[in-house]
Amino acid sequence: MNENEVPLLEMRHISKDFFGNQVLSDINFALKKGEILGLVGENGAGKSTLMKILFGMDEIHQTGGYGGDVLINGQKVQFASPIDALAAGIGMVHQEFSLLPDFTATENILLNREPLKYTWLSEVFGERMNILDRSEMEEISKRAIARLNVPLDSEMVVSQMPVGHKQFTEIARELSKESTSVTEGIKLLVLDEPTAVLSEQEADSLLHAMRKLSETGIAIIFITHRLQEILDVCDTIMVMRDGKIIKTVPAEGVVITDIARWMVGRDVNTAQRQAREFDYENKPVILSLENLWVDMPGEVVRNVNLNVHQGEILGIGGMAGQGKLGIPNGAMGLFPAGGKITFEGKQIELNNPRNFLNAGMAFVSEDRRGVGLLLDETLEWNISFTAMQVQEKYLKKYLGGAIKWRDQDAIEAETSNYVKQMEIRCTSTKQKAKELSGGNQQKVCLAKAFAVAPKLLFVSEPTRGIDIGAKSLVLKALRKYNEESGTTIIMISSELEELRAICDRIAIISDGKVFGILPATTDSAQFGLLMVGQTSALQEGGSV
Amino acid sequence: MTIEKLTSSVKGMVTSFGLPRVIIALFLLVLFILAPFVGVNVGTSLSDTLNRFGMNAVMVLAMVPMIHSGCGLNFGLPLGIIAGLLGATISLQVNIPGPTSFVLAILFATPFAVILGWGYGQLLNKVKGGEMMIATYVGFSSVAFMCIMWLLLPFSNPTMVWGYSGTGLRTTISVEGYYLHVLNDFLSIRLSDHLLIPTGMILFFALLAFIIWAFLHTKTGTAMTAVGSNPVFARASGINVDKIRTLSVVMSTWLGAMGILVYQQSFGFIQLYMGPFYMALPAVSAILIGGASVNKASILNVVVGTFLFQGIVTMTPSVMNSMIHTDMSEVIRIVVSNGMILYALTRKTEAVR
Amino acid sequence: MTLHMTKTQKVLRFMGNNTVPILFLIICAFGIPLSGYSANYLVSEVIVRIARNSFLIVSLLIPILAGMGLNFGMTLGAMAGQIGLIFISDWGIAGIPGMLLAMIISTPISIILGWWCGKILNMAKGREMVTSYIIGFFMNGIYQMIVLYGMGAIIPIRSNALVLPRGYGIRNTVNLIGIRKSLDNLLTVRLFGIPIPLVTFAVIALLCLFVLWFKKTKLGQDMRAVGQDMEVARAAGIRVEHTRIISIIISTVFAGYGMILYLQNIGTLNTYNSHMQIGMFSVAALLVGGATVAKANIRNVFLGVILFHLMFIVSPMAGKNLIGQAQLGEYFRVFVSYGVITISLVLYEVRKKRDRGLAGLVLAAEQEETV
Repeated sequence: MNENEVPLLEMRHISKDFFGNQVLSDINFALKKGEILGLVGENGAGKSTLMKILFGMDEIHQTGGYGGDVLINGQKVQFASPIDALAAGIGMVHQEFSLLPDFTATENILLNREPLKYTWLSEVFGERMNILDRSEMEEISKRAIARLNVPLDSEMVVSQMPVGHKQFTEIARELSKESTSVTEGIKLLVLDEPTAVLSEQEADSLLHAMRKLSETGIAIIFITHRLQEILDVCDTIMVMRDGKIIKTVPAEGVVITDIARWMVGRDVNTAQRQAREFDYENKPVILSLENLWVDMPGEVVRNVNLNVHQGEILGIGGMAGQGKLGIPNGAMGLFPAGGKITFEGKQIELNNPRNFLNAGMAFVSEDRRGVGLLLDETLEWNISFTAMQVQEKYLKKYLGGAIKWRDQDAIEAETSNYVKQMEIRCTSTKQKAKELSGGNQQKVCLAKAFAVAPKLLFVSEPTRGIDIGAKSLVLKALRKYNEESGTTIIMISSELEELRAICDRIAIISDGKVFGILPATTDSAQFGLLMVGQTSALQEGGSV
Repeated sequence: MTIEKLTSSVKGMVTSFGLPRVIIALFLLVLFILAPFVGVNVGTSLSDTLNRFGMNAVMVLAMVPMIHSGCGLNFGLPLGIIAGLLGATISLQVNIPGPTSFVLAILFATPFAVILGWGYGQLLNKVKGGEMMIATYVGFSSVAFMCIMWLLLPFSNPTMVWGYSGTGLRTTISVEGYYLHVLNDFLSIRLSDHLLIPTGMILFFALLAFIIWAFLHTKTGTAMTAVGSNPVFARASGINVDKIRTLSVVMSTWLGAMGILVYQQSFGFIQLYMGPFYMALPAVSAILIGGASVNKASILNVVVGTFLFQGIVTMTPSVMNSMIHTDMSEVIRIVVSNGMILYALTRKTEAVR
Repeated sequence: MTLHMTKTQKVLRFMGNNTVPILFLIICAFGIPLSGYSANYLVSEVIVRIARNSFLIVSLLIPILAGMGLNFGMTLGAMAGQIGLIFISDWGIAGIPGMLLAMIISTPISIILGWWCGKILNMAKGREMVTSYIIGFFMNGIYQMIVLYGMGAIIPIRSNALVLPRGYGIRNTVNLIGIRKSLDNLLTVRLFGIPIPLVTFAVIALLCLFVLWFKKTKLGQDMRAVGQDMEVARAAGIRVEHTRIISIIISTVFAGYGMILYLQNIGTLNTYNSHMQIGMFSVAALLVGGATVAKANIRNVFLGVILFHLMFIVSPMAGKNLIGQAQLGEYFRVFVSYGVITISLVLYEVRKKRDRGLAGLVLAAEQEETV
């Protein structure tokens, strides 16, 4: 290949902010025909935003567009919608399947692009009255499957397929987009975590297929956190962090530890460490999880064993989908769980949130709007409800406790107390929760948990979706609460730096298991290795 | 400036209250204004409206608990009505005349309401998300089932059974001599020849409304509202969602039973067989006209809605008839009430859950 | 042993999936001997009912294909059909030309009503059925306004046989003598003394063929896609809302034709009642045939018509012979009609939930093994 050849895709000085929050800055890269580019980065590094820009998603247009240029074959383009991007020969396979369960592979592959046979009724009622050309459909889909070189039955109904075959169906759909008068054949394929749901064997055959495709001239952007796969299949590796490209290197000669360090490594100064010496080892174990499994879709926990010491702040980190979120959700009983949980020496019966709360634990959910808040009710209700129901706080009792009347004054007093203490910005304590900003909603969720005065607090993704100022306030509030009331805190977060900022120890979850626990002061590259499922480097010596 | 401000605040009020409600309220206002000009006595109209308000308000109140717990609009109201009918017929069978029969009817209706409501609640817990359609058909099938039962049950009071065969209940049974107007006449106030206030009936509604209001201020009542507002949140706060929902259904069913008893004592007849068939729709639309939505309702919604709805039902026949000599009231009632339900069902904000 | 187990499991599963038709078979098995009707009578009655009702029931199939559930809004089409019939009665156009004209008049009305109904249902996604059911009631009010007050006053109707004595509004019953059985009697053959209306059956067969063919068209495929997952269909570029509206329009237009077919067989129009009943009976019959809210085919239609109407025919007589009251049987059949819809709706919701729960159980079991 000629070095001076016009690249298939080129991005120049791409930048993007969401309402002043800079998520991408000065992204530059080029992709040649048939090149496989491995794109890696922590959650929130900007990978998906970059892809959304490439595809002209509504989300980007509605938030004020982007800066910089996207060039395809040297021509500047700006797609109004993903449909346009598809027409230009760019296909994407998303992490979530976009398939119809009762359709066969063929029907899914050719969804809304079916070849038609003419019927006279179409003259009157339009093109949609033409009949599907089933045999032509079969042919096209078989051709696409053949390009992938996988054993996929084109007539199998999707709901009966193993996961891997669903993934292949998705890819075959992109490949079946051959050039026609209006659209171009597929030239660039974006695969977003395609191997996350696959077995090792299936993943292998997918990697084979990718290589085969690239030989036919299709360029691929491969997003994954399985670094070995990147090394196996990619020509170039691009590492993103904090909305910037950290490294773009040829894959040859790179080792996993390098990638891990580029991914998470930060200048030590930038992490606002509030280091403290906390001697957890000499504190009693307050909570122990044994063989915990949780069936939380997308965050399956397989076998977690963990001891938590009294008074510590334990961080739980790991990549998305590895099961870190399943731990608190399963412990609380919001998703079906099994195994054994012992709190203060007593075993807690699973699958019933009441037991969890009665024992003196509390949980601040990562799903603020779905689980954490009564959006249509006032702040007073949101903050007082759990404490009222579980601990009978804020109630006036009449007739010997037969009537438990809501004590409006007590609720109001407590709420304004928390509003002041946590600097919740609101018009009054009677404001509805849905009217608050994300950061303030998060503070309300924390206040709700503080109101039950828990001995142990699970906090899940406390800073997700809130701005930087609110982030540090939330983290500070947690640390302060831990220090003042001695409450043990287990904080689950995808952002390693945030965990390192306030935690004493950090456990990394991979594939539904605890992959390692390290003191928060450990070098971040080591955490990076754990997060991508590599223990070897750690055992072979801490050279990184 | 001030006019601009005024229009914007009016606009705000209209959007928050809902355009259809404003139209209905204005329509009723126009009817009352027009009434004297076309020779309709306002006193009589007001008196009729009040009476109908008292007759129907409890059945509208029966919507509140289920809306609060997120079970949606109680299209299954006929089930509660059946419990009331059982109470009424058994009370007449016991044959103690006078006001005691009303108390007896309440007492007999209660266990039926609790049992039917419990079973209905269990069913609705199994079909979360599809409650409204199933509630409709639970109402219909229970009415049809009771048609068979009214024929077969061994009632024997001669005022109730068919004269010629001696078995099977009549389609309408007079409550004269039993509890006719027991509430209407209690402490009733006659302001003029035309204006009579059925104090007892309104007091009875006020009592029930107070009980519901008070209940919603207790710990369990708070939990019920939370379950309706966000069931996942409630679960995460240790609430047994299914139990609370069942409780709300039992309450709604019991209120439905009370509602039909109040209705009968004023109307004068027990209507059996297909009588309760379409009784849910007016109650559903009344609470919606009062400003409730599919998952939010208050006592105020009940009062305002019942008054507006019954006002229109009383005023349209008399006023329209005098004006254009045509009784279009039935058509207007159908269009207004079902239009209101459609409006509520298609609100996007209310369909979030 | 294991084979035997799977056999019984299969039987149980079959029973579980066909609860409603099996229940009906049992009711009919008891009811037919009790009623004392002759087989000949029953067969001829059932044939009449098939000819009368199946067109209406087939009109329910297409919205189910598009995932919109049972279209209780088919009453809108029935109203359009009735308006067409009122006009041709007034103009005195009889026979097949009269029927055709009534269909032509009903078509634009059905299209407008169906379009409006589809629009509203698009605003109430997830609760289409209860909404379409209320739409039926709402439109009934408008229909009454037009027919009872508008016709003869604003819309010219001349025939005194149609207009109420007060000078406007249509009478409660309209005699459709002009078109009565004009299609049924066009060509009949007698098999074992039972008259079979060949042309009506041919029309119904044509409609069935149309539905089968329709499923193979691009539009039919789009509807299946929309019915399974609106978001996936939208992502693939299918116009979801548009497709849903079309499905309701088709259903409404067919319901209008079905109503005309139905009323030509009956011969009188109950101006203010005929359409209200028809929705419920059609839905019940379809469900009796083994259809669900999410799946229905032509076989369900005919099995449903036969079973449901057998029950309908025999139950008054069976009630009379059993208890001595025909009334009882009549109430029984009303109860069964509503009961069937209730059971089907409940089973549908419960199954939907159970399928989800099952997936969870499987996962849990897998994890138990690995632990």
